[in-house]
Amino acid sequence: MTKVVLFGRIAEAAGWRERQVEPGRVSEIRHRLTEADEVLSSALGGLGVQVAVNRAIVRDDLAVGEDDEIAFLPPFSGG
Amino acid sequence: MIVRIQNEPIGEAALLAAFARGRADVGAVVSFSGRVRADDGVSALELESCPGLTEVEIEREAARIAAEHNLLDLIAIHRTGEVPSGQTVVFVAAAAAHRREAFEATERMMDYLKTAAPLWKKEHAAAGARWIEPTARDHVDAARWSRS
Repeated sequence: MTKVVLFGRIAEAAGWRERQVEPGRVSEIRHRLTEADEVLSSALGGLGVQVAVNRAIVRDDLAVGEDDEIAFLPPFSGG
Repeated sequence: MIVRIQNEPIGEAALLAAFARGRADVGAVVSFSGRVRADDGVSALELESCPGLTEVEIEREAARIAAEHNLLDLIAIHRTGEVPSGQTVVFVAAAAAHRREAFEATERMMDYLKTAAPLWKKEHAAAGARWIEPTARDHVDAARWSRS
């Protein structure tokens, strides 16, 4: 299984932080997570949301395998 | 170079006292402390990071800034967890031969931390809690450093 991790306001909107899903491409995993969840769909579709696979930011539609982790990162804001 | 994400309070005085100490090539040390303002009944900020990603990304940017501004040393420490108003949430210090590089590097590191470091910030106030995202001004400030 692939671990999905959510951060910040995305985790808050979803009401969960971690979940195991079937492996797949980034776009497929995103689609499966959001098709039945309007709130999460809106949170993940927002401007500036980035994706990290195994704690490295990715821009391509990578294949995310068994034992990999995919994280959805809301817009950054520190300081 | 020190880059650190920590839940504990930042001991700026001790960090600054030890920073670039004994280095005869350092002619300028600039530091910045960002504190949580108690505006509008704000009681605390709550900061979240992505362990394993946040420090690596900040280290990469710190190394770039240190190289491009000819720094001799650099500190960037950001707190996570709950930071009560009045406390320091972020501390940056830059050491260089001359003041211009140290001022510019400090500002650039702060602009990066505000807009482009993997951190998430929630404000707790009397009226409730809300996630804070960079302002238009923060983005304009950060864009000053992008090279075409």
